[in-house]
Amino acid sequence: MGSPVKEMLYESGGFFKKQHRIVLRNAGKIDPNRIQDYIAMGGYTALVKCLSSMTPPGIITEILSSGLRGRGGAGFPTGQKWRLVAQANNSPKYIVANLDEGDPGVYANRSIAEADPHAIIEGMLIAAYATGAEKGYIYIRKEYPLAIQTLQKAIDQAKAMSLLGDNILETPLKFDLTLRFGAGAFVAGEETAILASVEGRRAMPRPRPPYPANSGLWQKPTLIQNIETLTNIPLIIQNSAAWFSKTGTPKCTGTKCFSLTGKVKNPGLIEVPMGITLREVVFDIGGGIPDGKKFKAALIGGPSGGCLPEHLLEVPIDYDSLTKVGAIMGSGGIVVLDQDSCMVDTARYFTEFCVDESCGRCTPCRAGLPRMLEIFQKITHGQGEFSDLAVLEKSCHFIREASLCGLGQTAPNPVLTTLRYFKSEYLHHIENKECEAGVCFKTRDEDEPK
Amino acid sequence: MNQHTMKLKIDGIEVECVEGSTILTAAKAIGINIPTLCYLDGLTPYGGCRLCLVEVSGTSKLFPACATPVASGMEVTTQSPKLYEYRKMVLQTLLAERTHICAVCIANDHCELQAIANQHGVDHVFYERNWSSNKIDSTHNFLVIDPNRCILCTRCVRVCDELEGVHTLDLKFRGKNTDVIMDQDEPWVKACSCTSCRKCAKVCPVGAIYIEGENIEYTKDPDVAAFIVERRKRLK
Repeated sequence: MGSPVKEMLYESGGFFKKQHRIVLRNAGKIDPNRIQDYIAMGGYTALVKCLSSMTPPGIITEILSSGLRGRGGAGFPTGQKWRLVAQANNSPKYIVANLDEGDPGVYANRSIAEADPHAIIEGMLIAAYATGAEKGYIYIRKEYPLAIQTLQKAIDQAKAMSLLGDNILETPLKFDLTLRFGAGAFVAGEETAILASVEGRRAMPRPRPPYPANSGLWQKPTLIQNIETLTNIPLIIQNSAAWFSKTGTPKCTGTKCFSLTGKVKNPGLIEVPMGITLREVVFDIGGGIPDGKKFKAALIGGPSGGCLPEHLLEVPIDYDSLTKVGAIMGSGGIVVLDQDSCMVDTARYFTEFCVDESCGRCTPCRAGLPRMLEIFQKITHGQGEFSDLAVLEKSCHFIREASLCGLGQTAPNPVLTTLRYFKSEYLHHIENKECEAGVCFKTRDEDEPK
Repeated sequence: MNQHTMKLKIDGIEVECVEGSTILTAAKAIGINIPTLCYLDGLTPYGGCRLCLVEVSGTSKLFPACATPVASGMEVTTQSPKLYEYRKMVLQTLLAERTHICAVCIANDHCELQAIANQHGVDHVFYERNWSSNKIDSTHNFLVIDPNRCILCTRCVRVCDELEGVHTLDLKFRGKNTDVIMDQDEPWVKACSCTSCRKCAKVCPVGAIYIEGENIEYTKDPDVAAFIVERRKRLK
């Protein structure tokens, strides 16, 4: 018999103390396969409130004043997006819920779908009522079998209770919801690529404008929202915008879910108020670095995020502060690295990831990223030259500014931030042909996949 | 039809154009030439090659002129040191991506990539070049595709789909492994949807698709797309 992990206990442990569970309100408390459980926790009351006492413009105003920003990474104000779709004069309108969580080591959206599927459906229904959309799709990765099963069950139960379909709750509201499955491309999570994929075409982003709010699925107005954003909606309606904006910072209200992984004592899914510092996340919630090792960097924002060094641990986690230091909020992944990680190798790894996941449409991302990877191969195999760093940096700026979609525009972030905060490691690799962490300079056969 | 017109400024010159037209066509109307590769008049804009990137005042983002609709009061800059630098880098990454050796290319002197590279003074490539050696498909009676010269502009894919209407050509894989394929990735001769219309060879900006034994000067006819679209309009 094992004994409980003290740090993880709800009451005594630091893991939960600094968290603020709004989105994950029901996670672990209800049976996700029973709609009754969700209703018992106050589920679908927000929808009833909307249908009985709120007008669509009133809902949009409420969402706007809550200050909720899209949790997919870019942080676009949700209310503004809804208003654009509501104002578009074309029909039918669509809603796409983005559950294509492709970042390595990120599982926040999956956990929401597996633990509280009805919150997503309720959020979509409120969005449908506010924007006038009639048809919704949840785009989910095929790699998430349990989430697919849970969501499908939830949709069936909601249909049986007349919460989906025609005449929802005996009102004229009409909304139909279907699951669509991803075929394994990371780029399919991009706003315009997801539309192509839902339509059944190759998941390739297209230039914007036209924006999906005007011309999305089949050239019709389409609202694309992240799962986490949608899960926030019922709460804002239930508890008012003022309640919601009390949490977080004035410019970034609410909370954010993070998948805390890497070299921390307590890795796991966490939900923290916006504006919390990185130090609190890594040391208070994460419990610090195991085995008495030294903290080196935190990679925040997934494969296209930034590597932040120790002196930036006091940075508050919100969209604008993170952008300032070269990282992004992204889909909410924090990977903690200790002294055993080589920053050059980390940058190489994430460049390789983006090379593999580039869709092939635009030149900078398709043809530029592999050239950067080649330079990394040179440096990590002892053939680097000082001039390589200049080429690397020049390529980063080119790819960031000239690429078509978010993948290319953010792919150089790990390289730029490591060049900025850990340049000495690059220089050490080139000058002394030495890797302090002992990761690089293996023979070529060793790192070839077996 | 009563179409709205709107005013914008391109490189300081005021232009009036109809709603829905792109920055590229508006610029062309006043004689400003923006380099393009994937764009072809008559086909849906692709926005892939990133040569036609322009600056728009009020945002730090760069926009592809071929795919960005004009907006009233827009101020566009088509020439700047940064844009020139990025265009050069687009050309260099394209040249480094696959096997581009002008001297032994069928399209030498009739190649849009070569011409634009010359215009931009690209006399060397600062990346290590990646000499690809993909298989050439010459199984078709007279059409040949050499993926090593392909720049993935997808003009052939779009002309096949949008004008010929058969969609024989499409892309497979992604990223640097992307390639043009016929039907379900079959040898061209087995691609039964192909009508052998030659439009893909006519619009290819480089020497990737060509007609065996035919002078490339005679094959190349990128204006065919606009010509067909114009003719079809008259039929209506």
